[in-house]
Amino acid sequence: MIDKINNKKTRLLLNILLIVIFATVIILLDTDVIGDAYIRRILNLSAIYAIVSVSMNLVNGFTGLFSLGQAGFMAIGAYSVAIFTVPLAERAKIFYITPQNPFLAQIELPFIVALLLGGFLAALVAIMIGVPVLRLKSDYLAIATLGFSEIIRIVFTNIKSITNGALGIKNIPTMPTMWVFFGIAIISIGFMRLLITSSYGRAFKAIREDEVAAEAMGINLFKHKVMSFSIGAFFAGIGGGLLATLFATVDPNQFYFPVTYNFLLIIVLGGMGSISGTIIASFLVTAGLEILRFFDEPLTLFGINIALFRPGLRMVIFSILLMLLVLFFRNGLMGQKELSWKLIFDWFSGKISRKRTGQGGGIQ
Amino acid sequence: MKKVLSLLLSLLMVLTLFTACSQPNNGGPSNQEPQTGGEEEPGTEEDVIKIGVFEPLTGMNGGGGQQELGGIQYANKMYPEVLGKKIELVVVDNKSDKGEATTAVTRLIEKDKVVAIIGSYGSAVSIAAGDIIKNAQIPAMGASCTNPMVTQGNPFYFRACFLDPFQGKVMATYAVEQGAKTAAVIMQNGDDYSVGLANFFIDAFKQLTGDPNSIVDVSEFQLNESDFNAILTNIKAKNPDVIFAPSAATTAPLIIKQARDLGIDALIMGGDTWENPALIDVAGEAAEGVVLSTFFDENDPVTNEAKKFVEGYKKELAGKEPIIPAVAALGYDAYILLRDAIERAGSTDGVAIRDALKATKDFEGVTGIINFTEEGDADKNLAVIKTIKDGQFVFVDSVEVQ
Amino acid sequence: MTGQLFLQQLINGISLGSLYALLAIGYTMVYGILRLINFAHGDIFMMAAYFMIFSIMTFKLPWFIAIIIVIVATVALGVLIEKTAYKPLRNAPRMSIMISAIGASFLLENLATYLFTGVPKGFPDIKVLTTAVKLGSLSLTIATLITPFVTLLLLYLVLFITNKTKIGMAMRAVSKDFETAKLMGININKVISSTFVIGSSLAAIGAILWGSRYPSIMPLTGVMPGLKCFIAAVLGGIGNTAGAVVGGFILGMAEIMLVTFLPAFTGYRDAMAFVILIVVLLVKPTGLLGEKVTDKV
Repeated sequence: MIDKINNKKTRLLLNILLIVIFATVIILLDTDVIGDAYIRRILNLSAIYAIVSVSMNLVNGFTGLFSLGQAGFMAIGAYSVAIFTVPLAERAKIFYITPQNPFLAQIELPFIVALLLGGFLAALVAIMIGVPVLRLKSDYLAIATLGFSEIIRIVFTNIKSITNGALGIKNIPTMPTMWVFFGIAIISIGFMRLLITSSYGRAFKAIREDEVAAEAMGINLFKHKVMSFSIGAFFAGIGGGLLATLFATVDPNQFYFPVTYNFLLIIVLGGMGSISGTIIASFLVTAGLEILRFFDEPLTLFGINIALFRPGLRMVIFSILLMLLVLFFRNGLMGQKELSWKLIFDWFSGKISRKRTGQGGGIQ
Repeated sequence: MKKVLSLLLSLLMVLTLFTACSQPNNGGPSNQEPQTGGEEEPGTEEDVIKIGVFEPLTGMNGGGGQQELGGIQYANKMYPEVLGKKIELVVVDNKSDKGEATTAVTRLIEKDKVVAIIGSYGSAVSIAAGDIIKNAQIPAMGASCTNPMVTQGNPFYFRACFLDPFQGKVMATYAVEQGAKTAAVIMQNGDDYSVGLANFFIDAFKQLTGDPNSIVDVSEFQLNESDFNAILTNIKAKNPDVIFAPSAATTAPLIIKQARDLGIDALIMGGDTWENPALIDVAGEAAEGVVLSTFFDENDPVTNEAKKFVEGYKKELAGKEPIIPAVAALGYDAYILLRDAIERAGSTDGVAIRDALKATKDFEGVTGIINFTEEGDADKNLAVIKTIKDGQFVFVDSVEVQ
Repeated sequence: MTGQLFLQQLINGISLGSLYALLAIGYTMVYGILRLINFAHGDIFMMAAYFMIFSIMTFKLPWFIAIIIVIVATVALGVLIEKTAYKPLRNAPRMSIMISAIGASFLLENLATYLFTGVPKGFPDIKVLTTAVKLGSLSLTIATLITPFVTLLLLYLVLFITNKTKIGMAMRAVSKDFETAKLMGININKVISSTFVIGSSLAAIGAILWGSRYPSIMPLTGVMPGLKCFIAAVLGGIGNTAGAVVGGFILGMAEIMLVTFLPAFTGYRDAMAFVILIVVLLVKPTGLLGEKVTDKV
């Protein structure tokens, strides 16, 4: 078994098989042969969460910068898509209290342009924020980025002629196929994957492990930090834009700072410093929250109504799971390892201990 | 390369797991007949018609959502059957969150195969769910979502309540009738209900007084804000005749109490969300004399249905809540409106129910005689004004606006 | 702007600031010892308010007994969180502990939503605190008036404990150098627990004063005060008790003054707290009264 898997050809075959299965499943879902809109929606949402979580992992897990600003960058991306893709004819109806800025009211962009614009704007803002803020260390950085994320939300609430303020924007055109979400997710995550394996990625990891040593090795700390931060923001913006088209509506409260904690949970669950772990966790968390829904419904066992089961229990269980995870499985599913055929077969053949032996990710 | 591809594996793993575990629940494609019921009671699935309810049971609007749900469940108890089949309510929590709301509604439609949907408290979540409802062609009935955007351009969304522009006008009319010349407005920055209603009030008030400077102060506060002293001190200096502060029942008592503590004696007014026992409970004596508009008055049942509802639901609530919340009455109305439409449609087909709803004529609900406008809004021109006296909501007046 | 109006706003600012200060002390003490932003602090504060509601409304206790019970219960909660969520991670990476803190905060909020529902609960009306008094044309509740004095008194008490008592000395030692303090035979766990005892009891007192002024309590009540008080602590120089009080006063005053002088910008009130935070972090990262810390390599 092990010999077989070390064979390049076998791996290639397995990979091709996998891609074919993956594509088939998506096509089947897309054409409504299997599953339904509910499942498609959750999967699309998971794909978006995967993009944003991997982007957050790039900054937090791989570069070791504790940033909690993801919600703000998502807001920029989401609003870019919302403002520019809503059909011109519907604008007046949506901006019914404060009319839209006359300049913006004439611009309608194709989805993909608006999406990329959102990503670039998010990256631009990240550079503007990053230049002063990235000098800060760990928890100071965390609270400063969280602050910026809130400032972005509050500004969006207040610039009513551009964002429609609290009323939000609705009637954002939706996407007919899952390929939009999964395609962009694959491209985005693939790009970040390439980045991390490149020399830049090695520099990021060096910064994570020891800033002083990294600097001594000739790594330009500042440049690499800003780079990681702004690329992370770019993809958070892309994720936000996709979220806008999935929900068909945006408003500032969607980007209240606790939203970032969801992504934090995902990267902790998946393993700080593991892309595949993050992706698995995105799907597990999104699906898990739906599966846990039965806790919210009244339960009758043997004719007795169990009073414990009522709305809110789901979130209590969810947060207890989170705490257990942080306390007892600090390395998450994957630690810093990536999923590979070798890992899977090793695991099955018992070559590595089934108890998790990965090293801790994160910063000291 | 190997590792890039391994990403796909992980995607796939979850994907297959997912389709595998969801498969038994929904035997086949989504455009099958609607009543493919739950798996637990295979024998009875033919006899059950499912109506979905999506309400915020937790989160910011958790309180209001639960009150509304109470009314819906009571209606279900009173009228448990339609077309000779039992009606089953499928309740999902949307956590007052748009993302949750869209998945919750999709779940209702696709997984639970409901034939119609009721909800939600809070317009933002209803707006978010609107497109899904429209595309799935499942009729939805809002109970207390008052924002115009909910039903606008959506032939499948109806609602049992009046709208914010109407409500804003009602309050402005009442204020002017009371002799108010100047008003101050406080709204929650970031809350669509509050901002919408406040703006409609401002427009109507300026129009009615004929004085563009009659609004002397407009202040905004933030989500989760507790301290209104600064805003209110500014307002006190301007000395307006009335203060209009549409806000959630969580913040309203704070505004009222701090205003009175600061020695402001202007008339304080709010919207329908204020008719909540929590307001009196929290603000105590300070709440005396506060004026609000609402949909329904339990002491003045306008129809026979209302009399029945008040008597029955009072008993149901005994010991839990001192008054019947207006949203419960609206929840009740939403349910019986839908049930009536399904009965008249004679089928559970979405379009048929929609057409039956549209054809609703002089329906006797708890909150009055109901017809629908072109947009699908309840055509009501009557609002109830209440005040708080001796720790009770008391009927003052009913205001009619054309 | 009349003098009356300005005076009233000044009092509003001082009173709000002193509430922020009370909570900020809790943040700053925990940070000083553990180098940890105790994200759950705001939620401990929220739970304290609920404890007060239940001991008075449900168990009909007189307020002076209720206050003692609330302090004890809050301290128990604070120590419990320390023992379960922070202690097992003593040697873990810093990020893990922070995530644990966020998790604890999340759990408390969800638990409160589940147990008490999202419907706001009225805070018991303690007449001694809520009676409004008139000073000329100014109108103030007693709670508003006494809050600054309570805060200063408690600050003095905390300073006394940290500077004059044995446990206080141990706290300062741990805060200076965790490892060395341990080697010198200081019982680290005892020191950390005492820190949480002090921090939580201040949160309890803060919650009682807060509840008397803003009597609508719900599961998310602690979120914003928590965040702002942390900002106040950073502003004053985190780890420095007096600094936290100064930071609290500045933040409270700044918020009120924004509303007073720039009423058109009331929508930006929360943003301003963060702007202040970021400016301080950039200009003087250790805060107004903070000591200069050199990075150990």
